[in-house]
Amino acid sequence: MKKDIKFLLAGVGGQGTILASDVLVNVGLAAGYQAKQAEVHGMSQRGGSVTSHVRWGETVYSPLVGAGEADVLLAFEKAEALRSVNQLRAGALALVNLEAIEPVTVTSGGQPYPQEDRLHAVFAQVTPHVVYVDGPGVAAALGNSKVENVVLLGALAAQLERLGWTGAELTPQKWLDEIVKRVPAKYIELNKRAFMEGYRVGRGSV
Amino acid sequence: MIKMLSGNEAVARGAWEAGAAVASAYPGTPSTEILENFGRYPNIYAEWAPNEKVGVDVAVGAAYAGKRAFSTMKHVGLNVAADSFMYAAMTGVEAGLVIVSADDPGMHSSQNEQDNRNFAKLARIPCLEPSDSQEAKDLMIAAFGLSERFDTPVLLRMTTRVCHSTSAVELGERVEPSANGPKKFPRNPAKYVMMPGNAMKRHPVVEQRIRDVAALAETFPFNRVEPGAGDRSLGIVTSGISYQYAREIFPAAPVLHLGMSWPLPEKMIREFAASVDRLIVIEELDPFLEEGIRLMGIPVEGKSIFPITGELDPRVVRESAIQAGLLPETARVPLAGVDAGPLPARPPVLCPGCPHRSTFYLLSKMKVPVNGDIGCYSLGVIQPLNAMHTCGCMGAGIGVAHGAAKAGSPERHVAVIGDSTFFHTGIQALLNVVYNQSPVVTVIMDNRITGMTGHQDNPGTGRTLLGKEAPAVNIEELVRALGVKHVRTIPAFNVAEIEKTLKEYVKLNEPSVVITQEPCALLPEGKKRWLPLEVIPDKCNGCALCFRIGCPSILKSDVLDPKLQRPLAVIDAGTCTGCEICAQICPRDAITFRPSEN
Repeated sequence: MKKDIKFLLAGVGGQGTILASDVLVNVGLAAGYQAKQAEVHGMSQRGGSVTSHVRWGETVYSPLVGAGEADVLLAFEKAEALRSVNQLRAGALALVNLEAIEPVTVTSGGQPYPQEDRLHAVFAQVTPHVVYVDGPGVAAALGNSKVENVVLLGALAAQLERLGWTGAELTPQKWLDEIVKRVPAKYIELNKRAFMEGYRVGRGSV
Repeated sequence: MIKMLSGNEAVARGAWEAGAAVASAYPGTPSTEILENFGRYPNIYAEWAPNEKVGVDVAVGAAYAGKRAFSTMKHVGLNVAADSFMYAAMTGVEAGLVIVSADDPGMHSSQNEQDNRNFAKLARIPCLEPSDSQEAKDLMIAAFGLSERFDTPVLLRMTTRVCHSTSAVELGERVEPSANGPKKFPRNPAKYVMMPGNAMKRHPVVEQRIRDVAALAETFPFNRVEPGAGDRSLGIVTSGISYQYAREIFPAAPVLHLGMSWPLPEKMIREFAASVDRLIVIEELDPFLEEGIRLMGIPVEGKSIFPITGELDPRVVRESAIQAGLLPETARVPLAGVDAGPLPARPPVLCPGCPHRSTFYLLSKMKVPVNGDIGCYSLGVIQPLNAMHTCGCMGAGIGVAHGAAKAGSPERHVAVIGDSTFFHTGIQALLNVVYNQSPVVTVIMDNRITGMTGHQDNPGTGRTLLGKEAPAVNIEELVRALGVKHVRTIPAFNVAEIEKTLKEYVKLNEPSVVITQEPCALLPEGKKRWLPLEVIPDKCNGCALCFRIGCPSILKSDVLDPKLQRPLAVIDAGTCTGCEICAQICPRDAITFRPSEN
């Protein structure tokens, strides 16, 4: 029997959170799960927080993941990672992209942006399985900051394998197939490299 | 073939498979993608109407003419379309007519969370409620069949979680319905001309019709009992997305799933109620099923257990059930409950390069009361602009400003409205300002697109939903034709000119209109001119005036002004579009302008 996995994706409008969740739900289907995804459009498109829920399982009813039930957090931005921390169950897997996108409440409103040591301290209280991904660094090395979302998907694929939450049949190629279907032709090679680089980073992190 | 589809994509697919030929709608979250997707299928006609009422009339006309047709809208759109919805319920149709209402429990992007199942009851028409994408497709197809069989419009009621959730759907082929053949438009005034004499004869027909549908509801395949695992202590009646939460939280309980939530299958409900010890209803928002069941004289609980406000989710359902003693304390899912510390709010904001920013900056500076409207520009309310004081629904701002003026409000009122909203319901309100003469200053913020819902064409853009060229209405000529004498169209990035005009117009004793014009910064034609500006550190003294325009691209740098010890401004070259609003307001000329284009 396949393991049920409840994913929560959190990011900022424009980071490709929805594309990543679209890939994730379709990878689930391709891997033989029943898979569902839920997202909120609307005002979040204008620079607000974006969250998306994805579920894989034998039988999945609710597309939404209840608070405290997420098995996996895929956070594309540091403050959004902190905002989502209480959605996780104890011992969940968290992949946190070390990207900071300061909202106007920080840039012109004077609110402080959380320091990185707080991020580490807070997540350590919830789970030992936290992987911090230098998405900005990896993406910069690849020459395009827009692929951080795919880097994170690569790291996720590796970590799901490492924890034994997915079987050998869910190969990196299955992920790449779904990514390739969803990016413009001229960015396919870039996204493939971004995924494999993320996969390499994810494999290296324990 | 199985494909992952969102609920909205599935409704579009269902309409296409059912042979729907005509669709008309006004965009509105969470409904918008239905028509966008339907428009991509072959052999159909789809259009953006200026508002939901026109959209429904168009669909009604097509259905009278013998083609399956539908109209989609967000829940509050049905308020706009209610008049048409109600007469269509009286006349019935020649070919299938479906009205899709996408409700927004939780108000993710709406001003209220009204439960539009009530509209079906009000109009005496059937209401179908899908609980996932497969049902969204199947029920859309079923809706056309019901519509023709019972000579009635059918309401397909979606909610945000069904519209914007993705799940697997088995795709089928398009079946051309027999009703879709070319037909002479009916000459049947007794049915289609709702003068009192005819309407009086139609009303009993309508009442009998809904009784007939109720009889069919007993065997409607999407109303079904799922028997559970043998425990009969609790039975659940549910519909829509709530069905998913019910199955998730009460996996062993018998469930009566209602794909048709109006009219109710009374016999089925009675039998189900008799088979369990305790009957509850799990539904979002109103106690719609609950009250219907209670009226049958069947003991039932619902809103005494589950909230009447907001969206349900697995946690809300579980916690409510534990609270009511339906589940043991041990069922509780603990929260990590860690203190993540203070986090900066991340409200939606006007994008860098948004052409609405200049007007809101100026209105904020002028301290005038601003009566706003629904669109991206509703974000003018957010700090630091704080330049909107009312915003109720589409088209409301101009009328509210006029009313305040007539009530003797001592200040000049400014109404702000976008191009698409002006076409939706602003024109009539401006006509009223002219007819009944008030000195309201109306700012039409024309960004050449319907913005907030994700760039849909409208009568001002020169293109249709199907990508055909269309006449683009000239807003200034239209405003003049309504009788406004003081009208000026100004490029939205020309701060000085807008300021001069606003200051002049608020002194007038007659209606006036300012049209600020510039394509949305996210449109291809807007993106074409993206070019980041720079702050010249030697000239900036950290006065912070540029922060007051609320542009996400203007950041506080780590460098302090040596004399005043204030952080200097710095522009994020990755997001700045070069609109030059900041450069124009900087008192020290510390922000570069674009290189001259000649």
